Amino acid sequence: MIDSKIPDGPLAEKWSNYKAKAKLVNPANRKKLNIIVVGTGLAGASCAASLAEQGYNIKSFCFQDSARRAHSVAAQGGVNAAKNYKNDGDSTFRMFYDTIKGGDFRSREANVYRLAECSAHLIDQAVAQGVPFAREYAGYLNNRSFGGVQVSRTFYARGQTGQQLLLGAYQGLLRQVSLGKVIMHTRHEMLELVVIDGKAKGIIARNLETGELERHVADAVVLASGGYGKVYYLSTLAMGCNSSAIWRAHKKGAYMAGVSWIQFHPTSLPQHGENQSKLTLMSESLRNDGRIWVPKTAKDDRNPNIIPEEERDYYLERKYPSFGNLAPRDISSRAAKERIDAGHGVGPMKNAIYLDFSDAIKSQGKDKIEAKYSNLFAMYEKITGINAYKEPMLISPSAHFTMGGLWVDYELMTSIPGLFALGEANFADHGANRLGANSLLQACVDGYFIAPYTIPNYLAGELNAPKNDILHPAFDEAEKAVRAQLDRFLNSKGTLSTDYFHKKIGRLLYEKCGLSRSKEKLEEALKEIKLLKESFEKDLLITGDDALNSELEKAGRIADYMELAELMCYDALQREESCGAHFREEYQTADGEAVRNDTDFCYVSAWEWKGKGHKPELHKEPLVFESVELAVRSYK
Amino acid sequence: MKLYLKIWRQLNTSSKGEMVNYEIDGVSEHMSFLEMLDLLNESLIQKRERVIEFDHDCREGICGQCGVMIDGRAHGPLKNTTTCQLHMRSFKDGDTIYIEPFRAKAFPVLRDLKIDRSAFDSIIEAGGFIGVSTGQAPEANTIPISYETAEASFDAAACIGCGACVATCKNASAALFVGAKITHLALLPQGKVEASKRVLTMVEQMDAEGFGNCSDTRACEIECPQGISILSIAKMNAEYSKAVIFRK
Repeated sequence: MIDSKIPDGPLAEKWSNYKAKAKLVNPANRKKLNIIVVGTGLAGASCAASLAEQGYNIKSFCFQDSARRAHSVAAQGGVNAAKNYKNDGDSTFRMFYDTIKGGDFRSREANVYRLAECSAHLIDQAVAQGVPFAREYAGYLNNRSFGGVQVSRTFYARGQTGQQLLLGAYQGLLRQVSLGKVIMHTRHEMLELVVIDGKAKGIIARNLETGELERHVADAVVLASGGYGKVYYLSTLAMGCNSSAIWRAHKKGAYMAGVSWIQFHPTSLPQHGENQSKLTLMSESLRNDGRIWVPKTAKDDRNPNIIPEEERDYYLERKYPSFGNLAPRDISSRAAKERIDAGHGVGPMKNAIYLDFSDAIKSQGKDKIEAKYSNLFAMYEKITGINAYKEPMLISPSAHFTMGGLWVDYELMTSIPGLFALGEANFADHGANRLGANSLLQACVDGYFIAPYTIPNYLAGELNAPKNDILHPAFDEAEKAVRAQLDRFLNSKGTLSTDYFHKKIGRLLYEKCGLSRSKEKLEEALKEIKLLKESFEKDLLITGDDALNSELEKAGRIADYMELAELMCYDALQREESCGAHFREEYQTADGEAVRNDTDFCYVSAWEWKGKGHKPELHKEPLVFESVELAVRSYK
Repeated sequence: MKLYLKIWRQLNTSSKGEMVNYEIDGVSEHMSFLEMLDLLNESLIQKRERVIEFDHDCREGICGQCGVMIDGRAHGPLKNTTTCQLHMRSFKDGDTIYIEPFRAKAFPVLRDLKIDRSAFDSIIEAGGFIGVSTGQAPEANTIPISYETAEASFDAAACIGCGACVATCKNASAALFVGAKITHLALLPQGKVEASKRVLTMVEQMDAEGFGNCSDTRACEIECPQGISILSIAKMNAEYSKAVIFRK
C-alpha cells in the first residue's frame, strides 16, 4: 500500500505542522552523517548547499565538467512566486489553484499548496545570493504574466532566468566546497544505487575521465538528476540529459510515477533534417505578440507573405477565443499537431506552423517588437538564416519537460527508504501538465526549503544504525553488475551506433507515445520496442576504450531509455482517459477536446519494476481533493 | 557540401597530440557545427575507429560546455556565438577547417578537443559568491536596486564560463572571467559587504591556477559569446586597488 504521508490539518497548515513535528539532528551529530547528492542543477545544488550549511557531509556528483552547466541553465522565461507585488489579486491559494488546474487535477493538493507557499521565500533567497532579476526604475522587482494565468507572478532575469538562478545555487554550493563540507565530483556518472537492508546506502559512479568505477557510501542518497525528455532524441534538452540515475534506482525498487506525462513545448524550432541533434526552444513569451496560423488549404506551399488574410487559419484564436494564442502548452501543442497531421503543416518538411509578427509590427512598430524580442529574433536568424521581421517564424512542438519521474511521498522520499528524489526527477507537483515558470520554482523549493527539513527527519533515525562501508557485499554486487554491462558494450561486435538506436526509439515515441496516443498505437509501440531492444543487444557497436569515451557513456543511457520507453507505453496504455499532456484519441469530445475521467482515473500511477522480461506492476495512489472542486479545464 | 577537416587528436593529458586530416561529404548548410562533427563521428564508428571527443551539452549557447578553436578563432568566425550555435552556412563547399581545443596552461587537454576547465571552479570557490546561507534572506524588496545597476550587474553575470576569453588571449589570462564575477557581485548592495575580501582571494587563486596576466589587448571581449565588456576587468582592478589600500 502506498503511503503519501500527507500531514494532518487544514491545507494551509499542513507544512507548518510537518515542520513543527519533524525530527532534528543535534548539530554535533550532523558531521557524523553523510549524504550523496546526484545532480547539480537547481534542485541538486540547492539541496547540497543547504544540507552542508546545516553541517552534514555532502558528496555531490554531476556528469558535466562543472556544476554550473546542469540543464536548469537553459530555462528562459522565469520563475513564479506568489508575492502579489503587482497588487493584482495573487495569493498562495490562487497560485495553488492555478497549478492544480493547470495540472488537470492530477497532482496532490498538499504538495502543490506547499510549492505555492514556499515560492515567495525563493525570490528572497535568490536576491540575497545576487541573482540580478529584472527591476523597475524605482529599484523594486519587476514581474510579468506568463503561460495562461491571469496575474503577474513571474520573476525573470532577461531571457536567462535559469542560468542566473543556477549561478546563485552553484556559487552557494562552491562556497560549501571551499569550507570542506561538500566534496565535488564533476565528470562522474552514477551507474548504480546500492541498497543495504532495504535502505539506500550508496552509489557506484564512473569517473568519466578515467573510466574508473568508484564506490561511495552514505546515510542517504538524493537523486536530483533531472527529467528524461531526451528519450525522444529530438527535444529541447541538453545532449547529456538522461534517465540513468532514476532508472537504475527504479530497477532497485523505487517506483516510477506518471511516467507518460511528458510536456511538449509549443514554440520550439522544427526539425530540418536527419542529422539534427536538438530542437531549440524559442521563449514562450513570443506568443504574447505573435499570431499562430497555417494556410486554410492543405499542402499550400506558397510563400507565407503572399497568402491572403482570408486564406489563413488562425486556429488557436478560432478554437480558443478567450485565450487565443496564449492557450496553455498542452492545448497549443496538440492543436498544432492536429493541423500538421491534417496536411496543413508548413516549411520544407511540412512539420511546422507559422508564428507571425507582422500584425504586431504594424500596430506597435518594429522598434517595440525589437525591444522585446531582439535577442530571440537574432537567435532565430542565427539558427535558420531567416529574418523573422520579414517573414513568419516556423515553429513546432517538441518534447520538453517530464512531469513524471520517481514516485515520492510528501517528504520527497521514494519507495526506497533513504532515497530521495528532487526537482524534475520526481513526479510530484505538476500533475499531468506543468505551467510555465513552475519548473525552476519546484526545483528550488525542493532543494532549498523541503529537503532541508525532510532529509534530517529521516537521518535522525539513522544516527544509531550500524555504519556500512564500501566493502559490504552489496557494493561488490552492484559494481559487478555495472562492470558486466560496460564490458558487454566494449566487446560489442555489431555495426550500429548509439545514435542510431537513440533516433529510432525517439521517433517511435514521437509517433506512438507522443502528443496523442491510442491503444492501437501503444500496443504496436510495445512490440516495436521489444524488437529494437533485441537489435540493440546484438547490433550495437561501441568503439574506443574504457577511459574517456562518450560512445560508451551514451550506450548505458540508451539501454535505460529502451526500458523506460516501454514503461511509458504501459503507463499511457492503462490511463484510459485524456488529461493534461496525456491525450488518448479514444477519449475526446466531438470537437477534439480532452475527456478526463475522474471516476476511474483520479489516481497517481506508480509502477514497480518486476525484473527483465516481466510486466511492471501498477500501484495506485488515490488523489483526494478537499479544497478544490474537480472542474473541466476549459480555455475556450 | 564537402569539407576538409584538420582536427587535433590527443589520447590523454600526458600524450603528444597531432593534427589529423579528415574529409567529410554531404554536409548541409542547416547543420550546426557540432552536428557536422556528429556526422564525422558516425563515419568513424562505421570504420570502427575511436570517435573525436569534444565537449558540448545544451547546444543552445547557454551552458558554456562547448568550445573549440575554429581556424584559430575561439568559437569560430561569428561574433557573440558559441560553437554549438555556429551553423555550416558560415562555410562553403571545399573549405579546409582547422579544429583545435581551447589551449592554455591552466586548461590541460583531457582527450582530443576536451579540456579540463576546473580552474574556473577553483576561482569561484575562492570567493565568487555572496556568503548567504539558506533561510536567512530578508524580504526581497527591502533591498531596492536601481534599474541601471541591476542591468549592469546582469551584463557581467551573463558570463557562461566557456573559457573562450582564456583561449583567445595571448597570455592565457582569465581576467575577463574573473572580472565579470567580481563586477556582477560588487555592483549589488548584497555583494558589497564581502567585495574587498572577494577580489583579493579570487585574484590570488587566478594566479595560482597558472593563468597569465592581462595586457589589455581586448581579444577576450571580441571573442566572448556573451559580449562581456573589458570594463569588467577595469572594475576588478579598481576593486583590487581599493582592497589592497584599505587592507587591515
